[in-house]
Amino acid sequence: MFDGVMKDNQLNSRLSLNNVSHSYEDLSVLQNLNLTVKPGELVVLVGPSGCGKTTLLNILSGYLKPSSGSVERVGIIRTVYQHDGLFPWLTVKENISMGLRLIENKSQHENELRELIELIHLQGFENHYPHQLSGGMRQRVELSIVIAGDSDILLMDEPFSALDYQTRLRMRVELVRLLEKRPRTVVFVTHDIEEAVQLADRVLVLADRPSYISRELQITSMRPRNPTDDAVVEASKAILNEFGLQVTEDDKNKL
Amino acid sequence: MNKTDQYFLSSNPRPKKELTLIKAVASPLAVLVSMLFVWWFVCKFGIFPSYAMPSPEDVLKSFREEIIVGRLVNDITASLWRVVIGFLLSSGLAIPIGLWLGQNAASRRAFLPMLNFFRFLSPLAWIPFAILWFHIGDKPAIFLIFMAAFFPLVLAIMSAVATIPSIYFRVAYDYNYKGFELLTKVTFPAVLPQIITALRVIYGIAWVVIVAAEMVGCQDGLGYGIWEARNGLRLDSAVCYMIVIGLIGMGIDRILIQFTKLPNVRWGYER
Repeated sequence: MFDGVMKDNQLNSRLSLNNVSHSYEDLSVLQNLNLTVKPGELVVLVGPSGCGKTTLLNILSGYLKPSSGSVERVGIIRTVYQHDGLFPWLTVKENISMGLRLIENKSQHENELRELIELIHLQGFENHYPHQLSGGMRQRVELSIVIAGDSDILLMDEPFSALDYQTRLRMRVELVRLLEKRPRTVVFVTHDIEEAVQLADRVLVLADRPSYISRELQITSMRPRNPTDDAVVEASKAILNEFGLQVTEDDKNKL
Repeated sequence: MNKTDQYFLSSNPRPKKELTLIKAVASPLAVLVSMLFVWWFVCKFGIFPSYAMPSPEDVLKSFREEIIVGRLVNDITASLWRVVIGFLLSSGLAIPIGLWLGQNAASRRAFLPMLNFFRFLSPLAWIPFAILWFHIGDKPAIFLIFMAAFFPLVLAIMSAVATIPSIYFRVAYDYNYKGFELLTKVTFPAVLPQIITALRVIYGIAWVVIVAAEMVGCQDGLGYGIWEARNGLRLDSAVCYMIVIGLIGMGIDRILIQFTKLPNVRWGYER
Protein backbone atom coordinates (compact mmCIF):
# COMPACT_ATOMS: atom_id res chain seq x y z
CA MET A 1 0.00 0.00 0.00
CA PHE A 2 0.98 3.62 -0.38
CA ASP A 3 3.28 4.67 2.41
CA GLY A 4 3.03 8.44 2.02
CA VAL A 5 6.41 8.97 0.36
CA MET A 6 6.69 9.34 -3.40
CA LYS A 7 8.98 6.78 -4.88
CA ASP A 8 11.38 8.51 -7.21
CA ASN A 9 13.30 5.44 -8.22
CA GLN A 10 11.75 2.13 -9.14
CA LEU A 11 14.52 -0.20 -8.14
CA ASN A 12 12.35 -2.77 -6.43
CA SER A 13 10.21 -3.79 -9.38
CA ARG A 14 10.56 -7.29 -10.79
CA LEU A 15 9.12 -8.61 -14.01
CA SER A 16 10.00 -11.84 -15.73
CA LEU A 17 8.51 -14.55 -17.89
CA ASN A 18 9.70 -18.15 -17.60
CA ASN A 19 8.97 -20.48 -20.48
CA VAL A 20 5.66 -18.81 -21.18
CA SER A 21 3.49 -20.24 -23.94
CA HIS A 22 -0.03 -19.22 -24.81
CA SER A 23 -2.65 -20.38 -27.24
CA TYR A 24 -6.23 -19.46 -27.99
CA GLU A 25 -7.91 -22.82 -28.53
CA ASP A 26 -5.95 -24.27 -31.46
CA LEU A 27 -4.04 -21.11 -32.29
CA SER A 28 -0.63 -21.04 -30.67
CA VAL A 29 0.39 -17.42 -30.15
CA LEU A 30 3.42 -17.44 -27.88
CA GLN A 31 6.02 -20.15 -27.63
CA ASN A 32 8.48 -20.66 -24.77
CA LEU A 33 9.16 -17.01 -24.07
CA ASN A 34 11.78 -16.07 -21.55
CA LEU A 35 12.15 -12.44 -20.59
CA THR A 36 13.53 -10.61 -17.61
CA VAL A 37 13.10 -6.87 -17.42
CA LYS A 38 15.61 -5.13 -15.19
CA PRO A 39 14.33 -2.42 -12.84
CA GLY A 40 14.34 0.95 -14.62
CA GLU A 41 14.95 -0.63 -17.99
CA LEU A 42 13.02 0.34 -21.12
CA VAL A 43 12.43 -2.80 -23.15
CA VAL A 44 10.76 -2.52 -26.54
CA LEU A 45 9.13 -5.52 -28.19
CA VAL A 46 8.86 -5.06 -31.90
CA GLY A 47 7.06 -7.34 -34.28
CA PRO A 48 4.52 -7.47 -37.09
CA SER A 49 0.87 -6.95 -36.21
CA GLY A 50 -0.92 -10.09 -35.07
CA CYS A 51 2.27 -11.61 -33.70
CA GLY A 52 0.93 -11.77 -30.16
CA LYS A 53 2.32 -8.53 -28.74
CA THR A 54 -0.93 -7.59 -27.04
CA THR A 55 -1.35 -11.11 -25.67
CA LEU A 56 2.12 -10.83 -24.21
CA LEU A 57 1.28 -7.52 -22.52
CA ASN A 58 -1.96 -8.95 -21.15
CA ILE A 59 0.04 -11.81 -19.66
CA LEU A 60 2.57 -9.39 -18.17
CA SER A 61 -0.19 -7.27 -16.63
CA GLY A 62 -1.94 -10.31 -15.15
CA TYR A 63 -5.13 -9.68 -17.12
CA LEU A 64 -4.52 -12.98 -18.90
CA LYS A 65 -3.15 -16.23 -17.47
CA PRO A 66 -0.65 -17.97 -19.78
CA SER A 67 -1.47 -21.50 -20.96
CA SER A 68 1.84 -22.65 -19.53
CA GLY A 69 4.92 -21.19 -17.89
CA SER A 70 5.16 -18.72 -15.05
CA VAL A 71 5.19 -14.98 -14.60
CA GLU A 72 6.99 -13.19 -11.80
CA ARG A 73 5.62 -9.78 -11.10
CA VAL A 74 6.53 -7.42 -8.26
CA GLY A 75 5.28 -3.84 -8.20
CA ILE A 76 2.24 -1.93 -9.38
CA ILE A 77 1.66 -2.37 -13.09
CA ARG A 78 -0.22 0.00 -15.36
CA THR A 79 -0.93 -0.02 -19.07
CA VAL A 80 -1.11 2.69 -21.73
CA TYR A 81 -3.41 1.69 -24.57
CA GLN A 82 -3.44 2.69 -28.22
CA HIS A 83 -6.67 4.60 -27.72
CA ASP A 84 -9.75 4.74 -25.49
CA GLY A 85 -7.70 4.13 -22.36
CA LEU A 86 -9.34 7.16 -20.74
CA PHE A 87 -12.85 7.00 -19.31
CA PRO A 88 -14.88 9.35 -21.53
CA TRP A 89 -17.28 10.22 -18.71
CA LEU A 90 -14.50 11.64 -16.55
CA THR A 91 -12.68 14.95 -17.03
CA VAL A 92 -8.91 15.14 -17.51
CA LYS A 93 -8.55 15.84 -13.81
CA GLU A 94 -10.81 12.97 -12.77
CA ASN A 95 -9.06 10.57 -15.13
CA ILE A 96 -5.65 11.48 -13.73
CA SER A 97 -7.05 11.06 -10.21
CA MET A 98 -7.56 7.38 -11.03
CA GLY A 99 -3.80 7.01 -10.96
CA LEU A 100 -3.77 8.63 -7.52
CA ARG A 101 -6.45 6.43 -5.99
CA LEU A 102 -4.15 5.13 -3.29
CA ILE A 103 -3.30 8.59 -1.98
CA GLU A 104 -5.79 9.31 0.73
CA ASN A 105 -4.35 12.58 2.01
CA LYS A 106 -6.40 15.23 0.22
CA SER A 107 -3.84 18.02 -0.06
CA GLN A 108 -1.15 15.61 -1.18
CA HIS A 109 -3.58 14.30 -3.79
CA GLU A 110 -4.25 17.85 -5.02
CA ASN A 111 -0.55 18.74 -5.16
CA GLU A 112 0.32 15.61 -7.06
CA LEU A 113 -2.55 16.22 -9.47
CA ARG A 114 -1.40 19.77 -10.19
CA GLU A 115 2.19 18.62 -10.66
CA LEU A 116 1.13 15.95 -13.16
CA ILE A 117 -0.98 18.37 -15.20
CA GLU A 118 1.97 20.78 -15.33
CA LEU A 119 4.25 17.91 -16.29
CA ILE A 120 2.20 17.14 -19.40
CA HIS A 121 1.55 20.86 -20.14
CA LEU A 122 -2.20 20.62 -19.98
CA GLN A 123 -2.91 23.49 -17.61
CA GLY A 124 -6.30 24.93 -18.52
CA PHE A 125 -7.63 21.57 -19.70
CA GLU A 126 -8.30 20.08 -16.26
CA ASN A 127 -12.05 20.14 -16.73
CA HIS A 128 -12.15 19.10 -20.37
CA TYR A 129 -13.48 15.70 -21.32
CA PRO A 130 -11.36 13.32 -23.46
CA HIS A 131 -13.54 13.81 -26.55
CA GLN A 132 -12.73 17.51 -26.41
CA LEU A 133 -8.97 16.88 -26.72
CA SER A 134 -6.75 16.01 -29.65
CA GLY A 135 -5.28 12.51 -29.96
CA GLY A 136 -1.85 13.65 -28.76
CA MET A 137 -3.30 15.42 -25.75
CA ARG A 138 -5.29 12.33 -24.82
CA GLN A 139 -2.16 10.16 -24.93
CA ARG A 140 -0.33 12.70 -22.74
CA VAL A 141 -3.13 12.37 -20.19
CA GLU A 142 -2.74 8.59 -20.36
CA LEU A 143 0.98 8.89 -19.73
CA SER A 144 0.35 11.09 -16.71
CA ILE A 145 -2.12 8.58 -15.25
CA VAL A 146 0.29 5.67 -15.46
CA ILE A 147 3.18 7.56 -13.90
CA ALA A 148 0.92 8.98 -11.19
CA GLY A 149 1.36 7.92 -7.61
CA ASP A 150 3.33 4.81 -6.89
CA SER A 151 3.30 2.81 -10.10
CA ASP A 152 6.41 0.72 -10.74
CA ILE A 153 6.03 -0.91 -14.13
CA LEU A 154 4.51 0.59 -17.26
CA LEU A 155 3.22 -1.53 -20.10
CA MET A 156 2.67 0.32 -23.33
CA ASP A 157 0.55 -1.22 -26.03
CA GLU A 158 1.33 0.72 -29.22
CA PRO A 159 0.55 3.94 -27.35
CA PHE A 160 1.37 6.29 -30.21
CA SER A 161 0.24 4.22 -33.19
CA ALA A 162 -3.05 6.05 -33.63
CA LEU A 163 -1.31 9.44 -33.86
CA ASP A 164 0.00 11.24 -36.93
CA TYR A 165 3.74 11.00 -37.60
CA GLN A 166 4.76 14.40 -36.26
CA THR A 167 2.74 14.02 -33.08
CA ARG A 168 4.24 10.56 -32.68
CA LEU A 169 7.77 11.99 -32.85
CA ARG A 170 6.84 14.62 -30.29
CA MET A 171 5.29 12.01 -27.98
CA ARG A 172 8.46 9.91 -28.00
CA VAL A 173 10.44 12.89 -26.74
CA GLU A 174 7.71 13.56 -24.22
CA LEU A 175 7.89 9.98 -22.91
CA VAL A 176 11.65 10.18 -22.53
CA ARG A 177 11.29 13.45 -20.63
CA LEU A 178 8.62 12.03 -18.29
CA LEU A 179 10.71 8.93 -17.56
CA GLU A 180 13.69 11.17 -16.83
CA LYS A 181 11.61 12.89 -14.13
CA ARG A 182 9.90 9.73 -12.89
CA PRO A 183 11.91 6.62 -13.68
CA ARG A 184 9.85 3.51 -14.25
CA THR A 185 10.41 0.02 -15.60
CA VAL A 186 8.86 0.00 -19.06
CA VAL A 187 7.79 -2.70 -21.50
CA PHE A 188 6.84 -0.99 -24.74
CA VAL A 189 5.24 -2.84 -27.61
CA THR A 190 5.19 -1.48 -31.14
CA HIS A 191 5.31 -2.47 -34.79
CA ASP A 192 7.25 0.72 -35.53
CA ILE A 193 10.96 -0.11 -35.88
CA GLU A 194 12.05 3.52 -35.75
CA GLU A 195 10.07 4.05 -32.55
CA ALA A 196 11.64 0.96 -31.02
CA VAL A 197 15.23 2.00 -31.63
CA GLN A 198 14.60 5.62 -30.67
CA LEU A 199 13.31 4.70 -27.23
CA ALA A 200 14.76 1.38 -26.12
CA ASP A 201 17.57 0.30 -23.85
CA ARG A 202 16.94 -3.11 -25.31
CA VAL A 203 14.95 -4.12 -28.38
CA LEU A 204 13.48 -7.60 -28.62
CA VAL A 205 12.46 -8.66 -32.10
CA LEU A 206 9.46 -10.98 -32.12
CA ALA A 207 9.07 -13.49 -34.91
CA ASP A 208 5.66 -14.21 -36.39
CA ARG A 209 3.14 -16.56 -34.74
CA PRO A 210 3.80 -18.51 -32.63
CA SER A 211 6.07 -15.77 -31.38
CA TYR A 212 9.51 -16.21 -29.95
CA ILE A 213 12.31 -13.70 -29.51
CA SER A 214 14.38 -13.91 -32.66
CA ARG A 215 16.88 -11.19 -31.88
CA GLU A 216 17.99 -8.97 -29.04
CA LEU A 217 19.70 -5.58 -29.42
CA GLN A 218 21.21 -3.35 -26.75
CA ILE A 219 21.19 0.35 -27.53
CA THR A 220 23.38 2.31 -25.20
CA SER A 221 23.37 5.82 -26.67
CA MET A 222 21.86 8.63 -24.61
CA ARG A 223 18.18 9.54 -24.88
CA PRO A 224 16.44 11.53 -26.32
CA ARG A 225 17.60 10.27 -29.69
CA ASN A 226 16.85 11.48 -33.20
CA PRO A 227 15.59 9.04 -35.80
CA THR A 228 18.65 10.12 -37.80
CA ASP A 229 21.29 9.43 -35.11
CA ASP A 230 23.95 6.94 -36.15
CA ALA A 231 23.15 4.44 -33.38
CA VAL A 232 19.46 4.60 -34.24
CA VAL A 233 20.06 4.10 -37.96
CA GLU A 234 22.44 1.19 -37.30
CA ALA A 235 19.95 -0.56 -35.04
CA SER A 236 17.14 0.05 -37.54
CA LYS A 237 19.20 -1.62 -40.24
CA ALA A 238 19.80 -4.64 -38.05
CA ILE A 239 16.08 -5.03 -37.35
CA LEU A 240 15.07 -4.49 -40.98
CA ASN A 241 17.51 -7.23 -41.83
CA GLU A 242 15.98 -9.48 -39.25
CA PHE A 243 12.55 -9.00 -40.82
CA GLY A 244 14.03 -9.42 -44.32
CA LEU A 245 12.95 -5.91 -45.22
CA GLN A 246 16.36 -4.34 -45.77
CA VAL A 247 16.83 -3.47 -49.46
CA THR A 248 20.24 -4.78 -50.57
CA GLU A 249 22.50 -3.43 -53.33
CA ASP A 250 21.51 -6.49 -55.33
CA ASP A 251 17.83 -5.55 -55.17
CA LYS A 252 18.65 -2.03 -56.30
CA ASN A 253 20.66 -3.24 -59.28
CA LYS A 254 17.90 -5.59 -60.37
CA LEU A 255 15.49 -2.75 -61.05
CA MET B 1 1.93 24.12 -25.12
CA ASN B 2 1.96 23.81 -28.87
CA LYS B 3 -0.25 25.33 -31.54
CA THR B 4 -2.88 22.62 -31.63
CA ASP B 5 -3.31 22.88 -27.89
CA GLN B 6 -3.85 26.62 -28.17
CA TYR B 7 -6.48 26.01 -30.78
CA PHE B 8 -8.30 23.54 -28.58
CA LEU B 9 -8.14 25.83 -25.60
CA SER B 10 -9.39 28.93 -27.39
CA SER B 11 -12.15 27.32 -29.39
CA ASN B 12 -15.46 26.46 -27.88
CA PRO B 13 -15.19 22.88 -26.64
CA ARG B 14 -18.57 22.14 -28.23
CA PRO B 15 -18.82 23.94 -31.56
CA LYS B 16 -22.49 24.41 -32.44
CA LYS B 17 -24.14 25.40 -35.65
CA GLU B 18 -25.46 28.89 -35.37
CA LEU B 19 -29.19 28.53 -35.77
CA THR B 20 -31.02 31.81 -35.72
CA LEU B 21 -34.26 32.04 -33.81
CA ILE B 22 -36.20 32.81 -36.99
CA LYS B 23 -34.85 29.72 -38.74
CA ALA B 24 -35.59 27.53 -35.73
CA VAL B 25 -39.16 28.77 -35.32
CA ALA B 26 -40.25 29.78 -38.81
CA SER B 27 -40.27 26.46 -40.65
CA PRO B 28 -42.05 24.39 -37.95
CA LEU B 29 -44.53 27.25 -37.59
CA ALA B 30 -45.20 27.22 -41.33
CA VAL B 31 -45.91 23.48 -41.21
CA LEU B 32 -48.25 23.97 -38.25
CA VAL B 33 -50.17 26.76 -39.95
CA SER B 34 -50.58 24.71 -43.15
CA MET B 35 -51.83 21.74 -41.13
CA LEU B 36 -54.41 23.98 -39.44
CA PHE B 37 -55.39 25.30 -42.85
CA VAL B 38 -55.88 21.79 -44.27
CA TRP B 39 -58.01 20.94 -41.23
CA TRP B 40 -60.08 24.10 -41.63
CA PHE B 41 -60.41 23.40 -45.37
CA VAL B 42 -61.64 19.81 -44.82
CA CYS B 43 -64.31 21.07 -42.39
CA LYS B 44 -65.31 24.07 -44.49
CA PHE B 45 -66.05 21.96 -47.56
CA GLY B 46 -67.86 19.28 -45.59
CA ILE B 47 -65.75 16.34 -46.71
CA PHE B 48 -66.81 14.57 -43.52
CA PRO B 49 -70.09 15.24 -41.66
CA SER B 50 -69.59 17.82 -38.91
CA TYR B 51 -70.25 15.33 -36.05
CA ALA B 52 -67.33 13.22 -37.36
CA MET B 53 -64.96 16.09 -38.03
CA PRO B 54 -65.01 18.92 -35.51
CA SER B 55 -63.75 22.25 -36.86
CA PRO B 56 -60.93 24.25 -35.28
CA GLU B 57 -63.51 26.70 -33.90
CA ASP B 58 -65.48 23.88 -32.22
CA VAL B 59 -62.32 22.54 -30.61
CA LEU B 60 -61.35 26.00 -29.36
CA LYS B 61 -64.78 26.40 -27.80
CA SER B 62 -64.55 23.00 -26.20
CA PHE B 63 -61.12 23.92 -24.78
CA ARG B 64 -62.59 26.97 -23.07
CA GLU B 65 -65.40 24.85 -21.67
CA GLU B 66 -63.11 22.13 -20.31
CA ILE B 67 -60.83 24.62 -18.65
CA ILE B 68 -63.70 26.52 -17.00
CA VAL B 69 -65.20 23.29 -15.64
CA GLY B 70 -61.74 22.29 -14.43
CA ARG B 71 -62.03 18.75 -15.73
CA LEU B 72 -59.07 19.02 -18.09
CA VAL B 73 -56.60 20.02 -15.38
CA ASN B 74 -57.89 17.24 -13.16
CA ASP B 75 -57.45 14.68 -15.97
CA ILE B 76 -53.94 15.92 -16.75
CA THR B 77 -52.78 15.47 -13.15
CA ALA B 78 -54.40 12.04 -12.93
CA SER B 79 -52.66 10.82 -16.10
CA LEU B 80 -49.30 12.37 -15.24
CA TRP B 81 -49.38 10.76 -11.81
CA ARG B 82 -50.02 7.29 -13.27
CA VAL B 83 -47.37 7.62 -15.94
CA VAL B 84 -44.77 8.92 -13.50
CA ILE B 85 -45.40 6.11 -11.01
CA GLY B 86 -45.43 3.43 -13.73
CA PHE B 87 -42.32 4.91 -15.28
CA LEU B 88 -40.44 5.09 -11.95
CA LEU B 89 -41.45 1.56 -10.96
CA SER B 90 -40.39 0.05 -14.27
CA SER B 91 -37.10 1.96 -14.54
CA GLY B 92 -36.31 1.38 -10.86
CA LEU B 93 -36.54 -2.35 -11.46
CA ALA B 94 -35.35 -2.53 -15.06
CA ILE B 95 -32.09 -0.57 -14.63
CA PRO B 96 -30.54 -2.82 -11.94
CA ILE B 97 -31.83 -5.98 -13.65
CA GLY B 98 -30.52 -4.79 -17.02
CA LEU B 99 -27.11 -4.00 -15.50
CA TRP B 100 -26.94 -7.41 -13.90
CA LEU B 101 -28.04 -9.33 -17.00
CA GLY B 102 -25.64 -7.32 -19.16
CA GLN B 103 -22.67 -8.40 -17.07
CA ASN B 104 -23.68 -11.98 -16.60
CA ALA B 105 -23.69 -13.98 -19.84
CA ALA B 106 -25.15 -17.11 -18.25
CA SER B 107 -28.22 -15.40 -16.81
CA ARG B 108 -28.56 -13.40 -20.01
CA ARG B 109 -28.84 -16.63 -21.97
CA ALA B 110 -31.41 -17.91 -19.51
CA PHE B 111 -33.65 -14.84 -19.42
CA LEU B 112 -33.38 -13.47 -22.96
CA PRO B 113 -36.13 -15.58 -24.62
CA MET B 114 -38.56 -14.85 -21.82
CA LEU B 115 -37.86 -11.10 -21.95
CA ASN B 116 -38.28 -11.07 -25.71
CA PHE B 117 -41.54 -12.97 -25.45
CA PHE B 118 -43.07 -10.43 -23.09
CA ARG B 119 -41.71 -7.53 -25.10
CA PHE B 120 -43.84 -8.56 -28.06
CA LEU B 121 -47.04 -8.86 -26.00
CA SER B 122 -49.05 -5.70 -26.44
CA PRO B 123 -49.69 -4.20 -22.99
CA LEU B 124 -53.34 -3.99 -24.02
CA ALA B 125 -53.50 -7.78 -23.86
CA TRP B 126 -53.09 -7.44 -20.10
CA ILE B 127 -56.21 -5.30 -19.72
CA PRO B 128 -58.53 -8.10 -18.51
CA PHE B 129 -55.93 -9.22 -15.97
CA ALA B 130 -55.28 -5.66 -14.88
CA ILE B 131 -58.94 -5.17 -14.07
CA LEU B 132 -59.37 -8.53 -12.33
CA TRP B 133 -56.21 -8.14 -10.29
CA PHE B 134 -56.32 -4.44 -9.50
CA HIS B 135 -60.01 -3.54 -9.99
CA ILE B 136 -60.49 0.12 -10.88
CA GLY B 137 -58.56 3.31 -10.15
CA ASP B 138 -54.87 4.13 -10.56
CA LYS B 139 -53.51 0.63 -10.05
CA PRO B 140 -54.58 -1.16 -13.26
CA ALA B 141 -53.33 1.78 -15.37
CA ILE B 142 -49.99 1.82 -13.54
CA PHE B 143 -49.74 -1.94 -14.00
CA LEU B 144 -50.31 -1.63 -17.76
CA ILE B 145 -47.67 1.09 -18.08
CA PHE B 146 -45.26 -1.04 -16.12
CA MET B 147 -45.86 -4.01 -18.41
CA ALA B 148 -45.34 -1.83 -21.47
CA ALA B 149 -42.14 -0.18 -20.25
CA PHE B 150 -40.31 -2.82 -18.23
CA PHE B 151 -39.33 -5.37 -20.89
CA PRO B 152 -37.98 -3.09 -23.61
CA LEU B 153 -36.07 -1.13 -20.96
CA VAL B 154 -34.39 -4.23 -19.49
CA LEU B 155 -33.43 -5.36 -23.00
CA ALA B 156 -32.04 -1.97 -23.98
CA ILE B 157 -29.89 -1.65 -20.85
CA MET B 158 -28.78 -5.25 -21.01
CA SER B 159 -27.49 -4.94 -24.56
CA ALA B 160 -25.85 -1.60 -23.75
CA VAL B 161 -23.90 -3.21 -20.90
CA ALA B 162 -23.01 -6.26 -22.97
CA THR B 163 -21.43 -4.05 -25.65
CA ILE B 164 -19.28 -1.85 -23.38
CA PRO B 165 -15.79 -1.84 -24.97
CA SER B 166 -13.67 -4.36 -23.10
CA ILE B 167 -10.85 -1.83 -22.80
CA TYR B 168 -12.79 -0.02 -20.06
CA PHE B 169 -12.72 -3.19 -17.98
CA ARG B 170 -9.01 -3.62 -18.63
CA VAL B 171 -8.40 -0.08 -17.40
CA ALA B 172 -10.68 -0.79 -14.43
CA TYR B 173 -8.59 -3.88 -13.66
CA ASP B 174 -5.38 -1.80 -13.73
CA TYR B 175 -6.81 0.64 -11.20
CA ASN B 176 -8.42 -1.94 -8.93
CA TYR B 177 -12.08 -1.24 -9.53
CA LYS B 178 -13.94 -4.26 -8.26
CA GLY B 179 -17.45 -5.36 -7.32
CA PHE B 180 -19.87 -2.60 -6.45
CA GLU B 181 -17.37 0.14 -7.27
CA LEU B 182 -16.82 -1.36 -10.72
CA LEU B 183 -20.58 -1.23 -11.25
CA THR B 184 -21.09 2.36 -10.11
CA LYS B 185 -17.83 3.91 -11.35
CA VAL B 186 -17.36 2.07 -14.66
CA THR B 187 -20.32 0.01 -15.88
CA PHE B 188 -23.06 2.50 -15.03
CA PRO B 189 -21.40 5.66 -16.42
CA ALA B 190 -20.35 3.71 -19.51
CA VAL B 191 -23.98 3.01 -20.39
CA LEU B 192 -25.56 6.17 -18.97
CA PRO B 193 -25.96 7.85 -22.38
CA GLN B 194 -27.81 4.77 -23.67
CA ILE B 195 -29.90 4.57 -20.49
CA ILE B 196 -31.04 8.16 -21.03
CA THR B 197 -31.96 7.41 -24.63
CA ALA B 198 -33.82 4.25 -23.57
CA LEU B 199 -35.71 6.19 -20.90
CA ARG B 200 -36.86 8.70 -23.51
CA VAL B 201 -38.15 5.92 -25.75
CA ILE B 202 -39.84 4.16 -22.81
CA TYR B 203 -41.46 7.36 -21.65
CA GLY B 204 -42.89 7.70 -25.18
CA ILE B 205 -44.35 4.20 -24.94
CA ALA B 206 -45.77 4.88 -21.48
CA TRP B 207 -47.44 8.07 -22.59
CA VAL B 208 -49.05 6.29 -25.55
CA VAL B 209 -50.23 3.41 -23.38
CA ILE B 210 -51.82 5.63 -20.73
CA VAL B 211 -54.60 6.64 -23.14
CA ALA B 212 -55.60 3.04 -23.77
CA ALA B 213 -55.10 2.07 -20.11
CA GLU B 214 -57.45 4.79 -18.90
CA MET B 215 -60.21 3.82 -21.28
CA VAL B 216 -60.89 0.90 -19.00
CA GLY B 217 -60.96 0.79 -15.25
CA CYS B 218 -60.54 4.54 -14.70
CA GLN B 219 -62.89 7.35 -13.77
CA ASP B 220 -60.58 10.17 -14.82
CA GLY B 221 -57.45 10.87 -16.85
CA LEU B 222 -56.81 11.97 -20.42
CA GLY B 223 -57.61 8.55 -21.89
CA TYR B 224 -60.87 8.43 -19.96
CA GLY B 225 -61.66 11.94 -21.28
CA ILE B 226 -61.40 10.71 -24.86
CA TRP B 227 -63.49 7.66 -24.05
CA GLU B 228 -66.20 9.84 -22.51
CA ALA B 229 -66.15 12.21 -25.48
CA ARG B 230 -66.61 9.25 -27.78
CA ASN B 231 -69.56 7.99 -25.74
CA GLY B 232 -71.19 11.41 -25.87
CA LEU B 233 -70.27 11.85 -29.55
CA ARG B 234 -68.35 14.99 -28.56
CA LEU B 235 -65.41 14.66 -30.94
CA ASP B 236 -64.57 18.33 -30.41
CA SER B 237 -63.76 17.43 -26.82
CA ALA B 238 -61.83 14.34 -27.97
CA VAL B 239 -59.65 16.46 -30.27
CA CYS B 240 -59.05 18.90 -27.45
CA TYR B 241 -57.77 16.00 -25.30
CA MET B 242 -55.66 14.71 -28.16
CA ILE B 243 -53.97 18.08 -28.51
CA VAL B 244 -53.23 18.15 -24.79
CA ILE B 245 -51.79 14.62 -24.88
CA GLY B 246 -49.49 15.48 -27.77
CA LEU B 247 -48.31 18.73 -26.21
CA ILE B 248 -47.60 17.25 -22.78
CA GLY B 249 -45.79 14.33 -24.42
CA MET B 250 -43.54 16.74 -26.28
CA GLY B 251 -43.07 18.90 -23.19
CA ILE B 252 -41.88 16.03 -21.01
CA ASP B 253 -39.57 14.80 -23.76
CA ARG B 254 -38.00 18.29 -23.80
CA ILE B 255 -37.33 17.85 -20.09
CA LEU B 256 -35.79 14.40 -20.61
CA ILE B 257 -33.61 15.77 -23.42
CA GLN B 258 -32.00 18.05 -20.85
CA PHE B 259 -30.34 14.97 -19.33
CA THR B 260 -28.45 14.40 -22.58
CA LYS B 261 -26.83 17.80 -22.04
CA LEU B 262 -25.11 16.77 -18.79
CA PRO B 263 -21.36 17.20 -19.34
CA ASN B 264 -20.49 13.64 -18.28
CA VAL B 265 -22.77 12.01 -20.86
CA ARG B 266 -22.04 14.30 -23.84
CA TRP B 267 -19.36 11.87 -25.08
CA GLY B 268 -22.06 9.28 -25.78
CA TYR B 269 -23.81 11.53 -28.27
CA GLU B 270 -20.85 13.22 -29.91
CA ARG B 271 -18.78 10.50 -31.40
